[in-house]
Formats: sequence, C-alpha cells, structure tokens
Amino acid sequence: MSEPYIRLKNICKSFGTVQANKNVSIDVNKGEILALLGENGSGKSTLVNMLSGIYTPDSGEIEIGGKNVVFRSPKDAINAGIGMIHQHFKLIDVLTAAENIVIGQENSVVLSKKKMNARINELSQKYGISIDPDKKVYNMSVSEKQSVEIMKILYRGADVLILDEPTAVLTPQEIRALFDILRGMKERGCCIIIITHKLAEVMEISDRVTVLRKGESITTAVTKDSTPQELTEMMVGSAVSLEIDRPKEKLSEQPVLSVDRLSKKSFEGVDLLRDMSFDLYGGEILGVAGIAGSGQKELCEIIAGLMKADGGSVKFSGEEILGLSPRAILRRGISMSFIPEDRLGMGLVAGMSVMNNVILKSYNRNPGPFLDRKFARTLAEQIVHDFDISTPSVTHEVKKLSGGNIQKVLLGREIWLAPKVLITAYPVRGLDIGASYNIYRVLNEQKKKGVAVLFIGEDLDVLKSISDRLMVIHGGEVVDIVDPEKVTKEDIGMMMLGHKPGAEGGEAV
Amino acid sequence: MSIANRVHITKRTGASGGAQLASRLIAIVVALAASGLVMLFMGYHPLEIFGKIITSSLSTYSRFGETMNKTILLTMLSLGISVAFRMKFWNIGAEGQFYMGAFGAALIAFGFPDLPAWLLLPLMGLCAFVFGGIWALIPALIKAKFTTSETLVTLMMNYIAISFISYLQYGPWKDPESLGAAKIARFSDNAILPKVFGIHAGWIIMLVLVVVMTILLKYTKLGYQIDVLGESETTAKYAGMNTLKIMIIAVLLSGGLCGVAGFMQASAVEKSITDQMSGGLGFTAVITAWLAKLKPPVIVVVSFAFSMLLQSGKALQVMGIPSSITEVLQGVIIFFVLGSEFFINYKISFRKADKEG
Repeated sequence: MSEPYIRLKNICKSFGTVQANKNVSIDVNKGEILALLGENGSGKSTLVNMLSGIYTPDSGEIEIGGKNVVFRSPKDAINAGIGMIHQHFKLIDVLTAAENIVIGQENSVVLSKKKMNARINELSQKYGISIDPDKKVYNMSVSEKQSVEIMKILYRGADVLILDEPTAVLTPQEIRALFDILRGMKERGCCIIIITHKLAEVMEISDRVTVLRKGESITTAVTKDSTPQELTEMMVGSAVSLEIDRPKEKLSEQPVLSVDRLSKKSFEGVDLLRDMSFDLYGGEILGVAGIAGSGQKELCEIIAGLMKADGGSVKFSGEEILGLSPRAILRRGISMSFIPEDRLGMGLVAGMSVMNNVILKSYNRNPGPFLDRKFARTLAEQIVHDFDISTPSVTHEVKKLSGGNIQKVLLGREIWLAPKVLITAYPVRGLDIGASYNIYRVLNEQKKKGVAVLFIGEDLDVLKSISDRLMVIHGGEVVDIVDPEKVTKEDIGMMMLGHKPGAEGGEAV
Repeated sequence: MSIANRVHITKRTGASGGAQLASRLIAIVVALAASGLVMLFMGYHPLEIFGKIITSSLSTYSRFGETMNKTILLTMLSLGISVAFRMKFWNIGAEGQFYMGAFGAALIAFGFPDLPAWLLLPLMGLCAFVFGGIWALIPALIKAKFTTSETLVTLMMNYIAISFISYLQYGPWKDPESLGAAKIARFSDNAILPKVFGIHAGWIIMLVLVVVMTILLKYTKLGYQIDVLGESETTAKYAGMNTLKIMIIAVLLSGGLCGVAGFMQASAVEKSITDQMSGGLGFTAVITAWLAKLKPPVIVVVSFAFSMLLQSGKALQVMGIPSSITEVLQGVIIFFVLGSEFFINYKISFRKADKEG
C-alpha cells in the first residue's frame, strides 16, 4: 500500500482537566472512506476539529501528503484542501445556492454570475450532485442544503471531506443519494472521513473504520472483515445487545389520548398541522416518523398547552384538554419532553443546577412559600443514580454536562413524575449507542406500566423496532398509521415525502 | 503570520468560585493602580488622594454618618433593581420609583401629621412601597400587552416622576412660609425616622430587607420562579408557571423596594421631599446591583464602597482637588471589574510563531 495521504500521529488534546484525545492516530488514503466510530465524548469531534483547524493539538503531528502541517485556523485547513461539513449547516438563508457557495471565495468586487454558475454546473456533473444554483436556501430541504455545503467545499478545491453525522436528518432516499455522491468523490480520489452513530451506515459506506473509546483509538479495521457486533463491543468496551425489545402489553380499553382533526396555521397562513387525527392507548408506543419540520413540534406544544390550535380537539381520557393551561395539563399526568437541536431549549434551564432542574415541574408540591431543598436534593440524587448520570455533583450546572447526561436529566425528571401520557421527541438525539439503548429500555418500562407513549424519532431502524404502531406524518398531516413489521424502510421514506404506497405517484390526501 | 493568528481565545469550562473572586479582586487592585496613574498625570499624589478618600468618608462620626446615609439609599435601590434584573426585566426606572415612593410617603406624612410615629412611619413606608411598585408596574403591563421595551419605558417614567415632584414643589405643595423659596414644607416630627446609634433607623430596615431578600431569592418558590422566568419564558410556561403573575409580583417588589428607599430618604435625610433628593443614585444603583452580581449581601458591600467615593468627592472639592477624580475612579473600577468577566469566561493563550509561518 502507498503512503497514506492524511496521517494523524499521537494526537493529544486536553480541555482543562479533561483529556479529549490521548495518543490518537488515524490515517486515510486517497480514494478511501474512513468511518470514525465512538460513543459520545470519545473524542471523535475533537479529532476532526483539529484536522479542520478549529482546535490545535497539544501534541502530536498532522501530515498531509507526507508534509508536516500546523493549522492555526480553519482557513489554514481550507488552504490545505480540507473541508468539513458540520451537523448544523452554516448557510445564509436569504442567499441563493450559488451565492452561498462562492461567498468569501472570490476576490473580485463584481461577481460574474455566468462564470460562477458554469463552474458549479461543471462540479455538479463531475460528482453527480444535483443543485439549482439560483434557488434560495430558505426554500431548500435539508438534503439540498447539505448538497450546497458539499458543493461549497468542492468549489474551494478541497479533496478531503469530513462529515459530522451527516445522515441524522435525512430520509433513506436522501441518505442513498448522499452515499452515491460520496462514492463518486471517492472514485475521483478524494479522502472522506465520516462520523456516524449508525452502524448500518458504517458497514455500507466505509472502507475502513477506526473505533475511538474514551479519547483513545482502540482499533482500525477493514470494514468488510468486521461485524457490527464486534465494532459495538469495541466501542462500548463490553458486550452489548443490539436488539430493541418490543414487549406486547395489554392495551387500555379506551384511548388515553385522542387527537381529532387537529389543525394549526402559521402566522403567514401556512398549514403546520392539517386535520391530524390519531388515538394513543395505554401500554403502547406509537412511533412518529417524519422529516424534520413536518409538524412534530407543533403537535407536542399543542398537546402540552404551550400553543393554541386553530381547530380540532385533544381528549385525555374523554375530557377535552385543548385550551387548558400548561399547568392544568401537567396535573392530569401528561408529560412532554421535546429535545430540540440544541438539547437545552425549553425543557431545562441551562444556567441552573441539576437539582434545580429536576424540580422544575414539582417544585410546587409542598405547601408554603419555601422550596423544599431537601426533597430537591434527594430527587436529584435519585435520578442521577437511577439514570447513571455522570455529574460531579447535583449542584453542577446542567449546561456543563455532556449531551447524553443532559438528556437523561430531562427524561429522568419526566419519568419520575409518573405520567399517564409520555410524549418524547428525539430523546436519543446525538446520544451514543449505550445511552440510546438505555433510553429505549426506559421507554419500554414505561409502556409496561401502562403509560401511553408517543415517540417522535429520527432513526427509522429504531422506530421500526420499538413502535407498536408507526404513524408517518408529512406537512402536518398523517399519511398513514402502519404496522412497523409489515413495511419496509423505503416505504416509510416514501410516505415521509407524502406519497402513500399503492397510490401510484399521487399525493396522499 | 500576523499576531492575530498567534493569539487564541478559548472558552473556559468554568472557573472555580475562588478563582472568580480572585480575578475580581485583582481587577479592583489593577483599577486602583490605573486610576493612580491618572492622578499622577493630573499632578496629584495617588496615595495621598486614596488616603483622603478614606479619611473624608470615614474618619469622623458625622462623615461616617453621611457615608452610611448614602449606603442605605444605594443598597435599597440596588436591592429593588436586582429583583427585576434576575428576571431579566431591565428596570432602569429606580429614580422614578424612588420619587413616587417619596411622594406616597409625603402624602401620608402631610395627611396625618399627628398620628403617633409607630403608626405613621409604617403607613408611610407601606404607601411608598405601593406607589413605587405601581410606578414600576405600569411599564411591565405595557410590556405584557404591547411587547414594548421595558428599558425605554422605565427610563422615560423617571422623567415624568421627577417633573411631577418639581410641579408639586413649585406649585400646589409650595410652602407658603418659605418666604418665596420653592420648597415643600418639613414633615412633622412624628413622620421622621428616629436615629439609632447616630444613624437613621433606615439601616436596620435595610439589613432586615437584605436578609429577607436573600432568603426570598434563594430559598423560596417565588425566587425560583423568578430565576426560571429570567432564563426563559417558554421554559417557565412549560413548567406550568403563571408567568404574568410572577412578573407582576417581581416588578411590584422591585419598584416597591425603590419606593421604600424614597420613603427613607424623605423621612430621615430630607425631612421633606424635593426634586433633587435622589442625587441620581437611581442610576448608580444599576451599576452597583450589576457589580454585585445581583446578590443582596454583596450589594451592601459594593454600595458602601461606592458611597465612600461619592462622599469623599465633596470633601476633595473643598481641598481644591476636583471631585471628578472620584468619578474617574468609579468609572475605572467598573471598567476593570466588568473586563475581568471576560477573563473568567475565556482563556487567552499565545503561541510561538513556527518556522514555516
């Protein structure tokens, strides 16, 4: 084998007392896709951030094309031909694709639109990326935005592409399109590093895989010679079961939550929810699949009483709850936890301690004007223990915890409230495998207790295996409620785009 | 390689409490040194001036008393402001709430001058609290209804309140016995706060309120609600809190405390009301509240330090040194202490230029 094009040798990096990378070494050849696999906090992001110039290593060497390099800023990395696509896109909404691609690149005062578009079209054809240069970013879907990001990097002449969890927000069809692009780039000699949590994708797209654990590189394996089970065990450091249980429970006779023709228009008059109807029974997990922004947030907020609906009804055990205050809904035992992209959002108070966060919904349970701090401490310690939250103390600020632990605080609090309805949106967002499986287990436990669980998720594999029934939504409408055993991922993907299988090419009504 | 490339600013993961305190103390020492330099340039000996500041504000009983009068006023105003600030309600209308509180106290003082002091004084305080509270509540309600900026409205309400007192002073409340001078009559003796250990009894009220507010903010549900609401209104609603009610209570409390400050100043220091009686401390209190990180016990300390500077300004003037030196000192201290926040939250590291660069 020839010399690898990129070589990271014995990289070390610490943040304060935390050692994020400890003697990590990876190498990537030209025309190769390397997957980085590891749990949260295993140092994957830190590592690629050093390769893209955002951080500088404390020690160790980075070699590109056999030459030692030191990056002091992302600009240095770009100049060396390295481009990174972050989880959150860095595009300007009001500009077109072409404008976003060339921004900060052209030094001339007047931009030649013709020249610009010609170069973009040439790159599109070369790599098989379909892009409309004149489309404004705010009109684009997530995958179109991602294509613009990739194009931005190619336009700069980069031949090393780093992707940080690129598939988290895509449909199966979009993922396939992305993988086609990546394979095309690989054939043209690009180096690609991809970070992902999804083992199936590692197996499908990568040539080799490097497993990181607790800041150290554990092993590098040729993908086709290894199995998902082996990789997981190396990643977690112990044997894990990749099976998600789906215990059959006795359903409640009447629906616990009954949503009927719920509708909501945005301020501009766009339909956010359109005649959405479904029933949720005690003892089941109803999965909800849909592209981000299909009405998930609105549904959650209306049920929790945070948003007013324009029409329809939401009944809890037969009683209308639409129009009740959030507090009244909370008291009836309906718990909603929505994990937004930034993870903190409205469920938690970032600047407050774990202790003060766990009592957010129960601080008022004792009579009198004083907070029951002893209760707060006991509850916090119990939740920290039950959910295995790693925090220096219960008085530690939540925003200083890692993502997984933040989510556990939120979910722990909601479950402690012993709700009758548990609405949870993206509870495993950004979590590693171990932590995710813990959360699936917790949700199943709730189901066994007869709780009605509405699980709004992203990963179709997970949705398919944990849900008793699976509801697919598109544009604020229910496309269909299906038996997850009897549909393929591709069918679900089609439904997420608004096509009902069988109804030949037609929009579902 | 340019210098900018060699300086790296990174976020700190959280400095310890001790480190934070230390960096603030260092900031104050640096501020004193920097203002010392300014004094040198102006041709004065810094140590001499620092000495004068201390002696002119603390050395005699009457000077100490004056400093304490200001400390009480500044602490009360800062306490009021900090309640609203913790909720991120930017109440900079302490001046107005102070004057309306003083007006409320005066209404009672002139209305029932012969009531016994044990009844009259609490009534004055109560009325001052209500008037100050309502004055703060008006901008809050306008904000709730029309989503206006409370910063602007509370600020503008100051000028209405001050002009209203001027109107009283030059018009209907002008004292006919003052031989033409525009002045409001003196309160009856029953309406004047007695002295305890030579300083007006306001200091006891102040200390009690500091303790009460510390407990309120730290250990009660209301304090918790105010903090949550300050962090995010959606979160507060999500937790089932009645956000409007919490805001009204907190704002009433904020304005009310400033109103009580007005009562104390009117009753104990001015023994009447005038349109000059705040000396602009309603604005200074914004600074002291902020420097004290909105923590009641710290507010007392910061207010005392600022009062020393305020008090010594006059004394320096008499000695032929411009009183603005103390203002320079105030400004420099604020600059450095606020600047130190940056060093608490961020770390700056320098790198050596490498051979290739």
